[in-house]
Amino acid sequence: MNTVVVAQLQRQFQEYLVSLYQQGFLDNQFTELRKLQDEGTPDFVAEVVSLFFDDCSKLINSMSRSLGRPESVDFKQVDSGVHQLKGSSSSVGARRVKNVCISFKECCDVQNREGCLRCLQQVDYEYKMLKTKLEDLFNLEQQILQAGGTIPQININ
Amino acid sequence: MVCEMETDQQIEEMDVEVLSSMWPEDVGGTEPDNQFNVEKPAGDSDTLKEVDIAEKRTMADLKRLPDLLNTTDQGSSQLTNLVKQWEYMQDHAVRLLREELKILTKQREEAEAKELKIIEEHNFETEEPENVPVLDESSDLFRRFKEKKRDKLVGRKRIEIDEEFDTVAYWKQKALSLEKMLEASTERERRLIEKLNESLKTMESHSAPVEELTQNLKRAEGFLHFILQNAPIVMGHQDKDLRYLFIYNKFPTLREHDILGKTDVEIFHGGGVKESEDFKREVLEKGKASKREITFETDLFGSKTFLIYVEPVYNKAREKIGINYMGMEVTDQVRKREKMAKLREDNAVRKAMESELTKTIHITEETMRAKQMLATMSHEIRSPLSGVVGMAEILSTTKLDKEQRQLLNVMISSGDLVLQLINDILDLSKVESGVMKLEATKFRPREVVKHVLQTAAASLKKELTLEGNIADEVPILVVGDVLRIRQILTNLISNAIKFTHQGKVGIKLKVIPKPSFASDNTHKADAEEQNGLAETSVWICCDVYDTGIGIPENALPCLFKKYMQASADHARKYGGTGLGLAICKQLVELMGGQLTVTSQVNLGSTFTFILPYKVAASNDHSDDQDEFSDMVDHQPEPDDSTEGYFQFKPLLGSIYSNGGPVMGNNFLPHKAMLPSPVKLINGNTGQSESVQVENGGYMDDTRLETGSGHCPESAHQYENGNGRCPSKESESCSSSQASSEMESEFTVSSPREDVQTETEVKETSKQPKILLVEDNKINIMVAKSMMKQLGYTFDIANNGVEAITAINSSSYDLVLMDVCMPVLDGLKATRLIRSYEESGNWDAAVEAGVDIKVLENKQMSVRSTNRLPIIAMTANTLSESSEECYANGMDSFISKPVTLQKLKQCLQQYLH
Repeated sequence: MNTVVVAQLQRQFQEYLVSLYQQGFLDNQFTELRKLQDEGTPDFVAEVVSLFFDDCSKLINSMSRSLGRPESVDFKQVDSGVHQLKGSSSSVGARRVKNVCISFKECCDVQNREGCLRCLQQVDYEYKMLKTKLEDLFNLEQQILQAGGTIPQININ
Repeated sequence: MVCEMETDQQIEEMDVEVLSSMWPEDVGGTEPDNQFNVEKPAGDSDTLKEVDIAEKRTMADLKRLPDLLNTTDQGSSQLTNLVKQWEYMQDHAVRLLREELKILTKQREEAEAKELKIIEEHNFETEEPENVPVLDESSDLFRRFKEKKRDKLVGRKRIEIDEEFDTVAYWKQKALSLEKMLEASTERERRLIEKLNESLKTMESHSAPVEELTQNLKRAEGFLHFILQNAPIVMGHQDKDLRYLFIYNKFPTLREHDILGKTDVEIFHGGGVKESEDFKREVLEKGKASKREITFETDLFGSKTFLIYVEPVYNKAREKIGINYMGMEVTDQVRKREKMAKLREDNAVRKAMESELTKTIHITEETMRAKQMLATMSHEIRSPLSGVVGMAEILSTTKLDKEQRQLLNVMISSGDLVLQLINDILDLSKVESGVMKLEATKFRPREVVKHVLQTAAASLKKELTLEGNIADEVPILVVGDVLRIRQILTNLISNAIKFTHQGKVGIKLKVIPKPSFASDNTHKADAEEQNGLAETSVWICCDVYDTGIGIPENALPCLFKKYMQASADHARKYGGTGLGLAICKQLVELMGGQLTVTSQVNLGSTFTFILPYKVAASNDHSDDQDEFSDMVDHQPEPDDSTEGYFQFKPLLGSIYSNGGPVMGNNFLPHKAMLPSPVKLINGNTGQSESVQVENGGYMDDTRLETGSGHCPESAHQYENGNGRCPSKESESCSSSQASSEMESEFTVSSPREDVQTETEVKETSKQPKILLVEDNKINIMVAKSMMKQLGYTFDIANNGVEAITAINSSSYDLVLMDVCMPVLDGLKATRLIRSYEESGNWDAAVEAGVDIKVLENKQMSVRSTNRLPIIAMTANTLSESSEECYANGMDSFISKPVTLQKLKQCLQQYLH
């Protein structure tokens, strides 16, 4: 085990995570989530997050189907999707996704299809973005672990 | 005549001439008889079918027409014009001839001169032809002369040869003969001139213009006929009494003698006739030609519009002798024009409406946006603020010195105030934007009043008596939006308490006849009744009275306005958002009622609201009775529902003096912030008296108990109830008791232990059972993990229906309830659960379509009477406001996303 490498990786990890917060990808709820992870459930965050992304993809697909029919948009359905997404994103601390969901919901409330479509695109973009970012983050984690290091506890505040 | 003509303007204006020339040429020509009646085109009406004019015949008073022509200016000018024109032509011809003659004469003179010269100079015979070339081509005439000359010369030559050449005699002879020739030539010339003159004369006199004039006139007349025969035009001449002398194109059924010599009025009857006659008269008087459009409405030809041109006619002495008139039928045009005008008008109106609508839409959109914005902003402010206040409240549970505590208290109460303001704004914007929907639920007015008073009493820190008085005739069970009614009552009561320093505050309920302002609602109510609902309407008048500072009369009008308080002084002294009454008023009006106020300064105020309710069908009540009879232990409940009087007297203990400044902003019936157990426990679930006595300092239920102490029956009831009271109630009591011991209700930690020792005896071994009602997998996963960390397990329900099923089949100590869920949302589920708790049956749930296994119903009913703590998990949106959670019977709420800390606090408060 190379302590230098581990230290470097750990620093990299820390910086990366902090940048995710600073860029608004994540919020404290993600910290909460990380706190819940312990020896018993070492992959808790990854599990939750991947569940979240699966959810995102499904919901976005179904919403885009609903919104794809210009004449008969079932806003109720879209609304329930947005609500789900908002709840989930809020729970995992996916801040940007959540924020888009808020505007999305507003558009939905006034049945603004254009706005909805725009938000849908944004949500799609944001969650994919977050997904790559988090994948990177988990990769770093894996690398640290493989290098024999421990994941540093990072206090974001 | 010609002279006169010339004095007249030679170039008369064209139209005048044309117009006036019409008849003169017709008439003046010849035999008007023929002309007028010859061409009667039968089928000319195809273009203008309605126009009968085409069939009209022309006619004239023949005797008088030439007369007319001779006596009027127009007539004579016409003829003179023609004559003049002809004369012009003749003059011109004469002039041309004369010029030609002049030229000829000149040429002849030249020729003569030349001849003479030659004769004189050469004195010998010259060949004539030599002279010719000069004048050769000038004219035929000359050639003729020439030939004649030659003939004569040839004849003469022969004579000349008699004498011998070049002798005197010869020359003499020749001279003589030449002289003779000259003479003859002169003679010829003279004759020619004579002849010419004569011919000139004949030319001059020869053609009297008649022939040609006639021709011209005929042509003009034919032309006019050609043009006019199909035209929808009537022409006429009337004398100065407006009697027709001439008419062209009259209405076909009228004969000449029907018209001639008569006036319009004598011929026609109906609308417009008089007008036209007046118009003609006017023209005649003014002497000025003019036009006017007149619509006739006669029996003869129906409704027709004519454009009429009338001009006065003068005789040579410039005296008016009548009028010429010409009418053109323009009904179609007028109709079209009117149609156009109407279309244009419609168009304009539509455009105006359109723009008005667009404006309205725009304004509405703007308003909506503004309101949405306000709501969003409020919401955005509320979330972090809740955090601030919540944290401050937690902070207040820690050890603080006196000053710190004071500061903290100020901080918390200010925060609460802002929160309340924001909640009010959200409420208002909900009402205004129409988001707020009323729900019809069955409820017991007595119970509502009691609960409101209890809640108010719970946070009361003044020595006031709170009382409720419900008239007997008020139905046990009515239908209305209980949440909103409760909100109104709470608001009014808080207000009353706020402005009352001693005496009492109370609620009075009585049934009144339908008020006058509601008469327009009658229709609706009737319709609803006819819908077959076995419900009748009842109007209940609710007075909320106090013995407070009162409201000056001049402040009454703005009392219900937003952000207004009776005076700035009051605002400073008493605080508050100034929105409460506005909200109440809006809510009352939304429900079809009326909110009024009467007040006397220093004596108190009474706020009265009148609302219509439906009386729930009586069988509901009997159902309840049945249900209750099953539950002997809960006998008090039905009694409670008919109880007409409650009183909550101030507890004279010391608690109130030092009873937690935290409670300063007392009037929030459900403080939005942190779940405080105090307000969660409704008086209807009993408390063990012993516990209360022991923990004398505990505010809420103690006071309720004390209140019931004044009301022996109810106290008794509570004791009864308490027999079944589960430990968890005691627990929550104890926690609040603990808080009061700490001078703060939020203490959760240390004092708990003491109580637990008392209460946990029954429970220690038992893990609390928690039900998580949540539809979002991720949220469930996160919550699960958190619970695990906190050392709890829980059951999961994915929606309200599942939750109810779970609660029905198993007993829980705590429910964490998502608000927004498919199938059945958290608010409704909670209401149904509460209704179950109150009634012991799931009727309401079944009614709402939830499939409950009825068999289990009775077994569970005993347990159901304990109030199950239900904690909302809200996303803090408009539709998930904390207000609503409380109003729907939830005990507290955790805002999403749920954090470990929040969950921990909540569980600690409700489970230990």
